[in-house]
Formats: sequence, C-alpha cells, structure tokens
Amino acid sequence: MAVAFSEKTRERFKAILAKYPEKGAALLPTMWLAQKEFSVITPEVEEYVAKLLGVPLVRVHEVLTFYTMYAAKPLGKYHLQLCTNISCTLLGAEDILEHLKDKLQIGAGETTPDKKFTLSTVECLGYCGTAPVLQVNDDFHENLTTKKVDELLTKLK
Amino acid sequence: MPKPILSKNFGKKNAHSLGVYIQDGGYEAMKKALTEMKPEQIIQEVDKSGLKGRGGAGFPVGKKWSFIPKEATKPKYLVINADEGEPGTYKDRPIMECDPHAVVEGAIITCFAVGIHWAGIYVRGEYVKSIERLEGAINEAYAKGYLGKNILGMGFDLDMVVHRGAGAYICGEETGLLESFEGKKGQPRMKPPFPAIVGLFQGPTVINNVESIAAIPHIVKNGGEWFNGLGAPGIGGGVKLFPVSGHVKKPGVYELPMGTPLREIIYKHAGGIRGDKKLKAVIPGGASAPVLKPEEIDVPMEYANLAKIGSMMGSGAVIVMDEDTDLVKTLRVLMCFYAHESCGKCTPCREGTGWMAKIIKRIEKGEGESADLDTIVSIANGIRGRTLCPLGDAAIGPALSFVTKFRQEFEDYIKVGAG
Repeated sequence: MAVAFSEKTRERFKAILAKYPEKGAALLPTMWLAQKEFSVITPEVEEYVAKLLGVPLVRVHEVLTFYTMYAAKPLGKYHLQLCTNISCTLLGAEDILEHLKDKLQIGAGETTPDKKFTLSTVECLGYCGTAPVLQVNDDFHENLTTKKVDELLTKLK
Repeated sequence: MPKPILSKNFGKKNAHSLGVYIQDGGYEAMKKALTEMKPEQIIQEVDKSGLKGRGGAGFPVGKKWSFIPKEATKPKYLVINADEGEPGTYKDRPIMECDPHAVVEGAIITCFAVGIHWAGIYVRGEYVKSIERLEGAINEAYAKGYLGKNILGMGFDLDMVVHRGAGAYICGEETGLLESFEGKKGQPRMKPPFPAIVGLFQGPTVINNVESIAAIPHIVKNGGEWFNGLGAPGIGGGVKLFPVSGHVKKPGVYELPMGTPLREIIYKHAGGIRGDKKLKAVIPGGASAPVLKPEEIDVPMEYANLAKIGSMMGSGAVIVMDEDTDLVKTLRVLMCFYAHESCGKCTPCREGTGWMAKIIKRIEKGEGESADLDTIVSIANGIRGRTLCPLGDAAIGPALSFVTKFRQEFEDYIKVGAG
C-alpha cells in the first residue's frame, strides 16, 4: 500500500506550507508530521515527503540522517533518552545509565524485545539545573535517582 | 536586590497567557514603539542599552540591527535563535515557557525597528513545552491584532512562525541554523557574506538570541540608559540570566547585573559548593568556555573581563566542579560531545574533535601515553581558526584549558593508569 497522509494530516501539512515563503523550508516540519503519522521514516516515507515538497530525495535522506530526533528505525513505546553531558554526568548520570541498562537488560541504542523501551544517551537537554535528566517521549524527569528510575519504570510498564 | 526583569514571570502561574501578560504591562512597549517612536529611535535606545547578544558571541544588538541594509531588493527576516544547546545552558527555556509573550513582543518591536515583515523562531526539537507556549502566544497575538496585517492600525504587517529543530547542536550556530530553517542539514555557511546581507532565503537577516529579544520590550519601555545602568558600576550592559549547574547547593537561573563577580554567583546566589566541599574548577560560560581555577573566580562575569583571563562569557552558563571531580572523565564527556556534534564539513574540526576524544578516552582507560597531552595541544592548535564556524574553536577551549591548567591530574592518569 502506498504511503500517504491522512486527511487530517494533509490539512496540517497545508497549513504549514502556507507559513513559509519557500516550499522546501517546510521539510523539517513535514518530517515531524510524517514521524507522528507513520512512527518511522522508512524509505517509502522519504519518497513521499520528497514528492510532497518537490525536493530531491537525497535532501530528505540528508535531513533524516543528519538530525538525531528523526526515527529511521522503529523505537520502543517509551523512548528513554538520558542526558550524559557535563552537568548530568557531574551529578551521576553514568550511574543512572548503568542502572537503566541493568534494569532493562539492553545497551544504549537498543530496544527491549517486547518493544516497550528504547534506551538512548543524548547530549545536553537544557535541564542542567535539575540534573540528571531523562526524557521519556515528550516528558522530562528531573533530579533523577536510581529510586526514581525504578518508580518510573514501574509506572511505564 | 533589584526587581527581576527577564525572569519576573519564572514560576508565575499563567504568566504565559495574554491576559496576565497584558495586566502586568505587557505590550505597552510595543504600543510605544509603533505609535510614538521612529525605527531609528528604537535602534538608538537599544544601542544605548549596551545589550550584547545573549547567545554567546556577545555582539552589540543595536549594531547588528544597523547592519541590515535599509533598501533591500529581497525581503528581510528576523530569526530568533532558540536552539539552546550549549551544555550547561538552560536560561532561554524558562523565558519561552513562562514568558512567551515577551519574546513575541520583542520580535514585533525588533521587526518594526528594522523593517521586517516575517519573523521565525527556531526552537530546539526537545523543547516541546516551549514550542507549545510560543505557538499559543503567537495565536493569541494574531487574534488580538498584534501580529498579522496593519498592526495597531499603523500600516505595519508581521507574520511569525515557530520552527522546530530536530536535534543538532550545530544549528545553534547562526548559519547552520539558517540552513536548517530552509529545510536542509544544518551545516554552516561560508562567511562573508554575513547573514545581515545574505541570510534566510537569501534576504538580509537579523539573528538574535531569545534572551536578547526578551530584553527589548523592557529597553523600549524604560529607555536604553536605564537598562545599561542595571549592569555593575563601570561595566553596564544591563542584567543577564546566569544558569548555574553542577556541584552547587542551589542550582538555578539567576538574573544578575552584568559584571557580577563569578565568586558571588557561586557562593552567594547558588549557595556555595554541595557538602561544603572545596571548589576545584568552574566553567564560566557554557561548555565551550575555557575552564577557570578557584583563584580566578573573582572575575566579573562580563565579556571583556572574561576574555582578559583567557576564557569567555558565552551563554553565561556556570558549571561548578567540586574537589572530588574527575577532570579526565569530565573532559572526555566534553570531547565526545564535540566529536558527536561536529557537522563534518571542515576537516580540522571533523578529524580533530574525534582524535582528541579518542586520546582522552584512552587516557581515562589507563592506556594513555606520555606524548598524549602534547598531541592534544598540537591537534587543538591545528583546529584553531581553520574552520568555517566556531564549533572547532569551541572544542579546543575546554581541551586546552583542562590539559594545561590541570596537567598534573592528566599526567597522573597516564603514569598510574585509571584512578
């Protein structure tokens, strides 16, 4: 089946296009729409987005692979992104990482076999005053401790 | 302590809504600017305010605006840089979350002053709440007639768009940001031409940081001299947000006069070192600012004073490290960061950051060699000034300062192996 936006997403896409002086500038927001709609930016989705915007396929692929937040591979239901940059590491992010690996039995960059959790390490998330911080999908969990991680994982089960 | 300006709405309930913002005197500056002032007068006030770019480069904001050609064949643009990604920096996020209308109002005034009719704010992809709040504020401003056609009946039009990034530190660099705004990978452009002449969509473009833009309504409302006077005596330049993190008792974002001594920020405002330990090192302006030793913290937090002692103001993000901090590990974290975020366009940065990261990792594992520290210095000097954008230079800031100021600790690691 060919990849295509739903009627509702098409409307949102049109609204986005109308905001930009040049069509190609809508590529990042269109990729966000695509990721929301299809979860994964597969090669078919890349082709679809390229056609929608009239940009070369290679440009879509460049954008997909240059930025860290677009998913070229399926992610778990919960994407756990742990900041391991300076302020978080000063306050124990590496211990949290070991704890998460241990609990989930996966390494950074991996997904649990039941597809529930993907664990990633990420660069500074801008929550340095409440470090260490873990981003779970769009939510941020601050001032983390291993105990808080345990509580969180139980809640997410 | 003077009343806060930039942070007055931090933590205040519903301050992000138009009603509360207006009740508190919001959009009065916009009305004053559009109905009582000429564009040149606004630029003059911003000049007088001593406001320097709060993103990190510290370029005078009024001067930046005046570089935009008055008569341009292409449309002009305002781009607000909200790609806050400099490690240690978390000051723009609370502005966008708690005071989004200050950003919108600042943008309207800026655009009126420079003759711009399209403003875009580039927000890092992770800042979901900031994006929601800004979009909400923009929608409210359109509904109220503060954005769109013929604002306040003065014949001035302005559209404003929120553009979501997708995870790339390099997009905080202004020309990388422009590329990303245009829907490309965020690799920096060659300069010149500077964005003031050829920027977004090839048009003359003003690029300002969120904190700079949020200061504009206050400057217009109370005057440039007033703002300048809020800085430390003899230093001026207004107030600034200092995000403090690391081993302090009270991490947080502190609004203080430009020129406040670093010691005062750490020991008075942030409550001193956790567990009353000794201070070992402090980064004064975000990860890219060369590290300082405890005997250097009487420096006033201000661009020229920090440059004088070989560091920089950057974003003003203060990262504090206590006596127990493993500086080899800390530098490894930073070097891996730069290696990961180097966009790959310039060879010295692409190869050099990865090479330095490899060496530091080796030292941390206890497999360092005696020549390693000199190699790092030599790699760093090979990057310096040989890249299109400042990321390469940013990486060598911590690399050189850590291994020269704390050389003994690195040598011990090499001699004895991992701690």
